[in-house]
Amino acid sequence: MEPLLSFPKCYKKESKPHKFCPGCGHPIVLKMLGQVIDELGIQEKSVFLVDIGCSLLAWDFYDLPTSQTHHGRTVPVAAGFKMADPKKIVIAYVGDGGAYAIGLQHTITSCLRNDPVTTIVVNNTLYAMTGGQMAPTTVENEKTTTSPAGKKEEEFRTLHGPELLTGIAHPRAYLARGTTDKPLVLKQYLKKAIETQLAGHFSLVESLSACPLNWQTDAQKTIERMKALEAFYQLGEIKK
Amino acid sequence: MGKNFLMGNQVLARAASDAGAKMMFGYPITPASEILETWIKIAGENEQLRYLQTEDEMAAGFATIGACLAGVPAFTATSGPGNVLMQDAFSMAEALRVPTVAMIMQRGGLSTSTVIYSQEEVRLTCFGGNGEGFRIVYSTSNLQELYDYTLKAFQSAWQYRFPTFILADGYQGKMKGEVEFKGEGLEIEAQPILKPGVNLRNCYNLEEEIGEIISQYSDEYQRVREKIEEFEEYQLEGAKTIIIAHGIVAAAVKSAVDRLRKEGQSVGLFRPITLRPFPVKGAKKVLEKAEKIIVIESALGQLSELFKTEFYWINVPLVEINKPAVGFTPEEIYGTITQLS
Repeated sequence: MEPLLSFPKCYKKESKPHKFCPGCGHPIVLKMLGQVIDELGIQEKSVFLVDIGCSLLAWDFYDLPTSQTHHGRTVPVAAGFKMADPKKIVIAYVGDGGAYAIGLQHTITSCLRNDPVTTIVVNNTLYAMTGGQMAPTTVENEKTTTSPAGKKEEEFRTLHGPELLTGIAHPRAYLARGTTDKPLVLKQYLKKAIETQLAGHFSLVESLSACPLNWQTDAQKTIERMKALEAFYQLGEIKK
Repeated sequence: MGKNFLMGNQVLARAASDAGAKMMFGYPITPASEILETWIKIAGENEQLRYLQTEDEMAAGFATIGACLAGVPAFTATSGPGNVLMQDAFSMAEALRVPTVAMIMQRGGLSTSTVIYSQEEVRLTCFGGNGEGFRIVYSTSNLQELYDYTLKAFQSAWQYRFPTFILADGYQGKMKGEVEFKGEGLEIEAQPILKPGVNLRNCYNLEEEIGEIISQYSDEYQRVREKIEEFEEYQLEGAKTIIIAHGIVAAAVKSAVDRLRKEGQSVGLFRPITLRPFPVKGAKKVLEKAEKIIVIESALGQLSELFKTEFYWINVPLVEINKPAVGFTPEEIYGTITQLS
């Protein structure tokens, strides 16, 4: 197995150790993105925009121009920035709530417009920052603070974000779903997503990600739950 | 350059272009839609100008923020329910000191309401959002002012870095008249805000952290407010009765005052042009000499609320004439003032 590379150069060292909880998947996604930024040599021209929710903790994660936005509104800020400065690589970093609930209209419309921006969605199947409430991505029988008896697919179906977009995406747009369990595969998707932006098209990569705190799982159960999610959600390049 | 016969909303789009704005983000809403339509027409003849019709007002507001963060002067325009939705973005602009410019063409409130006229968006435009109203709000009174204050709005926004608003209404937006364009080719000193080394946040860990920032913004706002504050005095020499009105109502008041003055009545108009910051210094000088103050507005006391906050101490009889969401004619104002005196 290929060893993971060390600290990406584009990290902002003063903000480390990072602010995420132990066992959280965010730092894995961010590390892979950091390596992609290093490898593509795009630190000088990248702009990072983060949503509200746990993603906001990445506001000073990289040595990149970075701004928090409002919950669900990162994609339109990214679209506006990109229009104003098309040479920049603009990355919107959001959770599943931001991308698929409160900001879903922006995700869909950005895809319809084929905005040359890259959206990264960290999907941990619930609202983590606010204490673990149900999200559109919450899976069958999952207990959250707002679905204490377990979410029922019959009552509220589960949203599959990249699949939702396949029918409307530009022929050259890129949609993928990875997992923090397979970081190097996720990294490939992130790289292709940025390359898609460089080619002038829309890209979105979702990563399944663990939230042991709100899942209330120990290490073993966290791994098991990730496996179950990987079996439920389709992994891979959903549209390339 | 020169005089042009245009609709108010067309004037606004043209003014934004002359002011040096480069981008507009908008979502159609009556009575503001022609601003986006006209901007698109202008942009079709100038490759430096761009536009985006967004999926909703939230996206329009936030995309405007995105462009401003990149250092490109951008604006949006809306009305009523759209203004409500855009407060999400304007509160972020306030927090991160993003110089957005928005044209608010007031329609009726509450809710969806009527589509043409009211002065019901004063409070929302000045203080909407979960903040303290660190904003600049110009209330225009006629077509020429739509042009002139749009030129000024972009300058003020980028100079002071407070979100800036042109507050007008559907009457001003939809009426046609002659306007002189005199600002063609202006430049805005705009620099990228989100640049290398900059990490911006609007979410804080500690109450003290955000408390300090609010206090700092407040100090800055108070320090520059006198440079921003604007007002108009009309027939105030020796006036015992002073009418306070803003926007298009002030235009009707002027006609009424002319007639009342001819009849020897001692009446004048004080018109705040900036509703935020309220022109306290200018008003103090004038109002101290008043024997009676009459506030007239197409809302239930939204203007008088701004006035009373600053002049709670003034010992002068106050009459409030409110017609929520309904316009005034000069004849009506003339009749009312005559009855009062």
